[in-house]
Formats: sequence, structure tokens, C-alpha cells
Amino acid sequence: MTVAPETDTPPVPEGYVRLTVDGRRIDAPKGELIIRTAERMGVVIPRFCDHPLLDPAGACRQCLVEVEVNGKAMPKPQASCTMTVADGMVVRTQHTSPAADKAQQGIMELLLINHPLDCPICDKGGECPLQNQALKHGRSESRFRDTKRTFAKPIPITSQVLLDRERCVLCQRCTRFAKQVAGDPFIEMLERGALQQVGTAEHHSGQSYFSGNTIQICPVGALTSTAYRFRSRPFDLVSTPGVCEHCASGCSQRTDWRRGKVMRRLAGEDPEVNEEWNCDKGRFAFRYATATDRFTRPLVRDRSSGELREASWTEALRTAADGLVTARDARGVGVLPGGRVTMEDAYAYSKFARMALGTNDIDHRARVHSDEELEFLSSTVVGTAPDAGGVTYADLENAPAVLCAAFEPEEESPIVFLRLRKAARKHTRVFHLGQWNSPGVEKTVAVAGAGGPLHSGDLLPCPPGGEAAALDELPAEADEALRQPGAVLVLGERAAHVTGLHSAAVRLARRTGARIAWVPRRAGERGAIEAGTTPTLLPGGRMVTDSRARADIERAWGLKPTMLPDTPGRDTGGILAATASGELSGLLVGGVDPDDLPDPALARRALERADFVVSLEMRPTVATERADVVLPIAPTVEKSGTFLNWEGRAREFAVTIESTGSLPDCRVLDTLAVEMDVDLFTQTPAAVAGELERLGSHDGRRPQPPDVPASPAAEPGPGQVLLATWHQLLDNGSLQDSEPHLAGTARPTAARLSARTAQEFGVRTGQHVTVGAAGGTVTVEAEVVDMPDRTVWLPTNSGPSKVDRELGVGHGALVDLAADVPAPPGAAPASPDPSRPDNPAGPAVQEGTAPTGSRRAGDSGGSHSEGSRA
Amino acid sequence: MTDAANPPEGTNPLTPVLTRRWLSPRSWTLHTYEQLEGYSALRTALSAHPDQLIELVKAAGLRGRGGAGFPAGVKWGFMPKEPSKPHYLVINADEGEPGTCKDVPLMMADPHSLIEGCVIAAYAMRAHHCMIYVRGEALHCVRRLHQAVREAYESGYLGRDILGSGFDLDVVVHAGAGAYICGEETALLDSLEGKRGQPRLKPPFPAQAGLYACPTTVNNVETIASVPYVVNGGSDWFRTMGREKSPGPKIYSLSGHVENPGQYEAPLGTTLRELLELAGGMKDGVPLKFWTPGGSSTPLLTADHLDVPLDFEGATEAGTMLGTTALMIFNETVSVPWAVMKWTQFYEHESCGKCTPCREGCFWLAQVLERMVDGRGTEEDIDTLLDVCDNILGRSFCALGDGAVSPITSGIKYFRDEFLALCERNRSTETADTALVGAAR
Repeated sequence: MTVAPETDTPPVPEGYVRLTVDGRRIDAPKGELIIRTAERMGVVIPRFCDHPLLDPAGACRQCLVEVEVNGKAMPKPQASCTMTVADGMVVRTQHTSPAADKAQQGIMELLLINHPLDCPICDKGGECPLQNQALKHGRSESRFRDTKRTFAKPIPITSQVLLDRERCVLCQRCTRFAKQVAGDPFIEMLERGALQQVGTAEHHSGQSYFSGNTIQICPVGALTSTAYRFRSRPFDLVSTPGVCEHCASGCSQRTDWRRGKVMRRLAGEDPEVNEEWNCDKGRFAFRYATATDRFTRPLVRDRSSGELREASWTEALRTAADGLVTARDARGVGVLPGGRVTMEDAYAYSKFARMALGTNDIDHRARVHSDEELEFLSSTVVGTAPDAGGVTYADLENAPAVLCAAFEPEEESPIVFLRLRKAARKHTRVFHLGQWNSPGVEKTVAVAGAGGPLHSGDLLPCPPGGEAAALDELPAEADEALRQPGAVLVLGERAAHVTGLHSAAVRLARRTGARIAWVPRRAGERGAIEAGTTPTLLPGGRMVTDSRARADIERAWGLKPTMLPDTPGRDTGGILAATASGELSGLLVGGVDPDDLPDPALARRALERADFVVSLEMRPTVATERADVVLPIAPTVEKSGTFLNWEGRAREFAVTIESTGSLPDCRVLDTLAVEMDVDLFTQTPAAVAGELERLGSHDGRRPQPPDVPASPAAEPGPGQVLLATWHQLLDNGSLQDSEPHLAGTARPTAARLSARTAQEFGVRTGQHVTVGAAGGTVTVEAEVVDMPDRTVWLPTNSGPSKVDRELGVGHGALVDLAADVPAPPGAAPASPDPSRPDNPAGPAVQEGTAPTGSRRAGDSGGSHSEGSRA
Repeated sequence: MTDAANPPEGTNPLTPVLTRRWLSPRSWTLHTYEQLEGYSALRTALSAHPDQLIELVKAAGLRGRGGAGFPAGVKWGFMPKEPSKPHYLVINADEGEPGTCKDVPLMMADPHSLIEGCVIAAYAMRAHHCMIYVRGEALHCVRRLHQAVREAYESGYLGRDILGSGFDLDVVVHAGAGAYICGEETALLDSLEGKRGQPRLKPPFPAQAGLYACPTTVNNVETIASVPYVVNGGSDWFRTMGREKSPGPKIYSLSGHVENPGQYEAPLGTTLRELLELAGGMKDGVPLKFWTPGGSSTPLLTADHLDVPLDFEGATEAGTMLGTTALMIFNETVSVPWAVMKWTQFYEHESCGKCTPCREGCFWLAQVLERMVDGRGTEEDIDTLLDVCDNILGRSFCALGDGAVSPITSGIKYFRDEFLALCERNRSTETADTALVGAAR
């Protein structure tokens, strides 16, 4: 704030103008809206339609002020949310202008004549901008004596957002958010005059991953969520700031809870990260923590019955310690912490593996991974942070060009998507190296301008698996765009599917000067790398092969020199293979669902074969079935910790719900280690954070980045196509369990293929196709889109399309494709919602083991549709 | 032509310029138009430099005939001189102001004068696309325009290389879907783009970013139809009609309780007294009670205002606006509150809903007036009406709200007694609790 003292007149800074607001002089940047200038001075002008992250609308007229320009008073009061500051301007708000005050009171009275004033039963009551501002700026009594407008209530906007139209003040925040920020105009203004209302858009599927934000920015109680509606009053809730655990975006959030139970989550405000938004998964998916099948007590496998039974912590820890010691002393134990751990928990796993198990066989990557990726992470990613050369959200927003490779922002990191979209709406050219014009690609390469869509970038299509080769030979347009200073290349975790892609990214960065950002999906991935849960890295990016680095850690951990293992360990795949073949005796498994692994069958074999398995889990998984000991651990909401988001930015959070008795992984591992006569000193996340702080990051040498030649995409043989696949944001993920309303907004499951490929294989949109590989088959509805020929795209884990589990192959692999026997006419699969015939695809049919093109798959499709049509 | 159109002062108060062909047989055909000097101005214009035409229109002082009276030449001058994006000329033919009936008759009787004006104006502002946005309800007029545009294309007045000048122009006739707000120029542009018609935030103004975010000028039908005459007659001739600041002829549309309602083209500044004489006086000799000078959005006037010169300045001095020169004339048999209620119901129906004051205010005003006319009003209602009007006037997003309160404030200003009389019945009953007047009976 730059309020100048009245006595001296310093010069107006370059790019600023000097004006007077309520008699006080202020310098404001050119182009700033009056309402913001006033806000910076602490002068609050009431408003409804105004929102700093939305384009000005000037619809509600609540923010009227008196304005003088060039010494002349403007005849009408002006909307301060649409008028920009000017030199010499004199602004009088409601505090100093009776005219402005009357104008505001008049608008408030008008807003209330048709408002039901049902605050006592309205979810927004107690936190309602209309309520608050009416009390502050309105008349205490209305002169309205006539009949209010009423509507039938409520209208479901989506399965999780409900609309009570009579409460709406028609500020258009929700519709503007949907159109401008999310790019999903699923709601629109309909009708006119006093009958104007928000309604579902005519030519839109209604699908949006961001619809929950409309509830939060609604300045009245018109939009409510199905999950929270009528559940509690804001003043009965305790609000605790937190960090979202769902992905690596690192959203700040607010968790509202009471009596030990989370009632709702809201997006927190963090201009550097998520601004004021979050995705629907972050907002609505939190009831997994209160699922009825959550472990509350340790379980130990009964020797006689072979079943798991509840046990005391003492017994369970003793059993686990004994078993692990035995396994360690036999052929060793591998550690799989999973990608959802906090940095503190990851550190405990890292320390446990090295100190208690004496091994580097640790890998948190419960997903596709490669040696090349590990080299890339150790050379290019580890140690980067906003203050240490890392790419940030702001860098994306200000970049002249961004290229996303093996990364689907909307599905894998929705807040990165929102920032890319914001950038594209300003000036950034966004390119995607991918397979098809997915909704997320479309919304970042063609954004709505004032006069129609503006093309801000392009999809650079390539066959799946061919990304590395494509990156080496980018089209000139993209290559040149990336040569501009500030350009960014964003790489997703899927890059590990493509041999040579990490190396090609490094080569591209060298060639063009573009900076590299790596965006994993899971919230814990980035922190786990820093914490040392990979087979080649100790905490702080120290190489296990570097004797000086090892010595650092040995000192810090109070170990005798040369006690740390000095050879790189096995990665996830190696650990599982070694266990399955009997080279390893035991497994310590964190939050890993074997079905998320690139080879679930191998994981099952490993679990089967292992002599001893300890599972640290919240809820049953495949690992539970084979675990000898299950140790319950706390969900994010019941512990404190830190996630590093994709930027490397530390996102600390405190315990939200205290005293539940559940323990974070680091505490459980600490106690377990004590049972094994090892002191980890990881009793609390705070203690770990302190140790991490003292340890600092490694300033020694970094390994060379990988330089693996790009391999071309595989060549499909007869009946074969290339598989492209990635996760959808809302899918079968276990953290989305118990959220039926959220699930209702997931994208329909469909296989995508090009028109030519469809023709070649005799497939029509809406018909089912069966994709087969060595592991099995997946049968889903097909949709024809514009994408490279001889390619099929499947969602990785949506509905029946469980690519890892059913097919056992991944992105870029060769798979068999066959059209299913057409269902009889009239029994065509119906869309899940008959009122939305334009829904891109209907329900998919699960057909795990049917042979390609089998009759059964077709029958199944028919019977399914019969059900939904009835 | 000049002589015919401009007889010596005093001999004939009418100045048939825009209307001079209206009574010719099949006046709407190209054949008739060409016989009566049609498209002669176009040839002159195409041989001039575009900037000369803008200067000519500025010199003539032609002011926008859609109601606001903004100088047309100045508006054209806002268009960029060096086109980097397509330029658009949009004709506002969405004539919807209650009482207004000048553009539709003009397009019915003489559509080619509009088309000729379009070509000249488009040439002046370097536009190669012109859209005529016609009120959809005027279906016959839409058809006639389509026919005229087709004729013009066939004869080389539209399309590629018009009259060998090298200038290209395409004209599209677009029928609106019946929303009053689409007469507001930015709402009209949204509607043309296929969106819901609601006014846009300004700036940017249409001349910077209008239709499809390209430089655009929106002109009224009568304004553009005047252009060929300005080109042929010159600015001096044009200024021989009307008054210093409001020169030229104007079509006055007289409706209501007059003997011969219709369009009367007279110089700007003509008074109602003169127009009533032309129209044969009040119907059946019943005395005049109140009238609107330019549609229902302009504050109404009374018999005391018979000598107000009806031009932009004269109307403003009398506390009203010239608007569209739609003179709705009411005799003593008409109740002012009733008429005001009907107009308010119109605005309630036509408010686009974008901004609070207009949307909610019109909804409220209509209910209060309906109740008053029904005999359930209270004196307090009159104060409420005026205060709500004050909260709408100048607070709404566009001028629709301002227009909506005009009949109420002016009606109460001149005829408060009539509103009070309506409250009498309620005052005499015992249940006159103001808090309950709106309760269902």
C-alpha cells in the first residue's frame, strides 16, 4: 500500500496513477479497478459479482461509488468493479458520499425483494456475503409488500451441485467461473428479466472437474453441495487449514469439521499455488477416512487359522519386528512406501530401510518407473524448489510457451491445468505432445476470446510410445516457441513408459533453453524423492554411491562409518521380481495397492512368495490378504506433515482432527525399529521435520542426466494397435470411495480411436470394443475421435477399464483390438443420463476375461443397457 | 431535388426527404427506386475518398436517429483508418421502443434507400460486411429487405466490385428473436454473434471491439437511410432543415388519439402543435391530456408542452428526451397510472435481467402499480415508487432501466393527483395497514 502522507508529494511511480479515495491520496497501478485500489487502502466496498479472478461483469451494481474525473463529477454513480483508476480521479465511497451510500442501500434493498430470506435454514447462513453485507450496508426494513418470485427447488446442476434459484442474486460468478476459469460452461444464464436464472447449458455434457468451486464463490446460498447440504451450520464447524492429499498440485485447503468428523472441504487461498480454486476430488473426496472398513487396531495373522485377527500394538510390533529381522537376516527385505506418504513419513521409511533393514531396496514409485526416470529424477528434479531454480506456477503463467509431454494436466494435476488455461487466456502458447484432443487439451489450446475462440497453441499428435522421437523432432513452430526465454517443458510421470523420453526432454531443454518441470500424480512422490525412498538416493538427493554423501548421513544418523549400504538397491519392479523369485525374503509395504503397479500379477506373486509381509495401511488392499502383520496408520486428516508439491514447494499441515489414537507412519516405523533395537528418532513428524532441516540438501555433485536414445513407437502388426492410456482424475481410486455424488461427475469410460482405425476394425461410436493383451482383456464402449491411426486410448483405471490389472501392459504397448459383436438394434447402450443424449459415452461394460470379440461381451452390453433404459 | 424537398419556409411544414418515395407505386422495388434518383448518391460516394464522406456527414450534422442523437460522422470517425481486422457496419433495425414506427415503414416502403446508405457508410468506414438486424416480429419487412438485398446484388449494387469501384460489400439481413434489449447496440452485437442478448461492458466500445471483437459501427435505419440524401444534397442543403444543433428532417410517428395517425416527416424542431395540425387534430376533438415525445422511455409531457420544439435540445430543455420521435398521444379519457402501469409491465417483461436495479426494480414497480390501479395502493406507495425509481435511474447497467422509470417519475410529476385518487379507496377502509397491502386478498 502506498498511501502518501498529506504533506509531501513524492513523484508518481512509473506505470502508476495518483488518485484520491475518500479523501486519501493513493498511487495505483494503471488499469487497476477502483474496488481493488480501495481494498488495498482498507476501504471495503460491498460487492457480489466482482471477483478478482474473474473478468469484470458489472452486473450486481452493489459497488456503486461517486467518481470525479478531470475535476468533473460523473453524473451517475459508477460501478467500482468495472471502472479503472485514472490520474487525478476522485472517488467517494459509501463512507464519504451520501449518494453512493444511498445507491448501495437501494441496490441491496432490490436484491432482497426477491430473496427468500430463509437464512435460518440456508447452508450459507452465517458465512453469507449477502447476509453480511445486507446487515452492514442495507436497510433494516424492506418496503417491499408484494409477492416474491419463487421457483421449484432445488435443481441438480450436477450430481454434486444443487441450485436453489430463488436464493440466487444472479451475479453470474458461477457461470463466469465455469466459462472463464474451468472452461466448462456447464451452466448458463437462462430466461430474462426477473425470471432470469442459472440453468444447465444446452450444448454441454454437464461434466466438469471444477464444479465445486461455484459453490464456494456463490455469494449467497443458491449453490449447495449434495454432500454437505443441510448437514451443519458454519458456526458449528471448526475450520482447520490443510493441504490436499490427492495430487501433487499442492492445493491449500480448509477442512471444516465437528465432533471428530470432517463435514466439508473448501479451497484455501494461496495465490502462489491454487489461487482460490481446487478440483472436485480435492473438495469432495474425504470420506475414505471414515469408511467402515478402516483398520483401527493392528492385525496379526493367526498361525493356526491362517486368518488375520486383531492384536495389541505390543504383540503386532513384536511379531512384525521378529518377522522382519528373520527375513532381513535370511535374504533381505524390500520396502515399498507408496507415493502418498508425507515427506516425514517417507523419511522414516528411508531411514528404516537403511538402518533397520540395512538395504537400499526401497522405492516409493508404485507406478510405472524406469532406471532412466530415476537418473532423470536424481539429476534434474531432486533439490529443485521455487527458491532453488525450480519451475513454479507463476513461471507457467508467465511463460511464452509451454509444452506438455506425456502429461494430461486436467486429469493428472488439475491446478496446473487451471494455471495453464489462465496463461493461455492471456498470452501463453500451450502445446501438448499427446494422442488426442482431450477436453483438457482443447481447453488450453483454444480459449474463448471476446469474439470467439482463440487458438493459443496446438496438439502435436504422436503415436503412444513415440513421444521421445517426437520431442527430438518437434515441429518448427513449437520448437521456436520453446526457444523464447521463460518457456517450459512439463513432463508427466507417464514418461517412464517411453524409453528415451526423459533423455529427449533433457536434450530439448539444452537445445531450446526451455526449463523442465516434472509433475507426478501423487501428492507424496516429490517429497519422497527428497526423503530418500529411491534405491539410489539417500535423503537430500545424496547418492548412495557417493561415499561423502553416505558419510554425511552416517554422521547425522549416528551410525558408524561405512554402515550404510553402498550399492544401489532394487527399484519397485526389481524388489517385486526378487521377492517373487525368492531372492528377497520379506516385504514392508506402505500405502501401495498392487493393482496400481505396472505388473499387478508380479506383485501378487511376490506377496504370495514372500516369507514375511508387513503392511502399513488404512484400509484393506490386496496386500492385506497376504500380510502377516497389518499396522493401521493415520489418514492425512489425523496427522501432521509436509507434502512437497510438483514445484518442490513445501506444503506443511497440522493435525486437523486430534486425539483419534491413530498414528502416522513415521511413529509406527519408529516403534517398530525400537523393537528391532534401532533408534530412528522419528516419533513425530515435527521431530522428523527438524532432522530434515538440520540435514539440509546435498550440495555435492549431481549425477549426469540420462542420455538414452529415443526409441520409435512400436509397429502394430495385423489386428494390433498401440495403446495410449492415462488416469482420469475421477476413477476407481480408493481415496474416492464412499463418494457417490462425486463419482457422478466422472468422465464416462470409453475407448478412443481414430475414424480410420474404427473403420479398419469395423467399430462405430457407441459400439463396444475389446482391447486385449497378454494379461487379459478390457471391453468398453468406443468413441471415434481425431487421433493417430492404429492407436486406441483407454482410461487407466476407470470403470471396467483397469489397464494395469486386466491387460498388464501400459502406455505405448501393442495390444489386440476387436469390435464386439454388435448389440441388437434398440438395445444400444444408453447414456447414463437419458436427458443428456450428447454424453460422449455411455456406461462401459466390464468383461475381464472374455476372449476377444466374444458373444458374452455383447450380451453383457445389451443387458446393461436394458437396465438403464427401463 | 433540392427544391422539391425544401420548399420555401412556411409554405409546407412537411419536408418529405426519407419519405418522398413512399407513395410511389411499388416504391420498394429497385425499378422505382432507380427511377427516383436511387443509387445516384452511391456513384458519387464511390468516387470520393472515404474520409471525405465522413467529413461530409460530420459537416451535415447528421445525428443518430435511434434516440441518443450521437453525431453519425463522429461515430464513423472512431473506426480505425487502417484496417487490421475486418470492419463491420451493423444496422440497428430492431425497432422495439413502444410507440415507435418509423424504421419498419421506411424499410417496407423504401428498403433500397437503406441499402444505398449501407454501401456508402460501409465504404466510408472501410467495412466489407454489413448486417441488418431486423426485429423478428416484422416478418413482412424482413422478407422485403431480403428481396431488396437480392435485387441489389443482382444489379451490382452489392457484392464484389460494386459499380466497378473495386469496393466489395456483403449485406446480411438477420431477424432478431423479439427482445427489446437487443435494440441496445452491444446486446444487439451479442445477439448477432448467436449469444443471449445482454448489454456488454464498455469499454471496449464497438468501434474498438464490437462484432466478433472487430471494429464495428452500429447505426439506426433512419440515420443510414439519410446518408444518400446528404451525399446528393450536400451538408448545406441538409442544414437548411431543422435547427442549428439538430439539423435535417425527421420522421415523427404520431399514434394514439389523433385524427390521422401516421408518419410525418418534418424538420427537427417541429412542435406537437404543428404536428397535430398536420394530423388533423385530436381525435373527435377530445382534449389532449399527455403524450410522449419519443416512445415510452422518454418522460411524458402534457398539454402545456405543445410548443416544445421537438429536437434533441428542445426536448432536453423540457425535461424529456427526443428519443425515437414516437409521439403517443393520449386524450382525457386515459388514466395516467393505468398507462404507466402498462408501460412498466412492458419493461418488467423486457428487462434482460443482467443488472439488479433494472431486473428487480421493474419487477417491484410493476407490482406496486398493478396494486395501485387495482385500488389497493397507499400514499406511501407513491413515495416508494419514486424512491425505487431513483434507485434505478443511473444505477442500471444500460439505459433500459433509465427508460423504465421515465413514465413513472414523469407521470407522478404531472399527475400525482391521479395516483393519490387511486389510494382513496384503500385509505377509507379499516384494513389500511401499509405492511399488509400486498397480502393476497
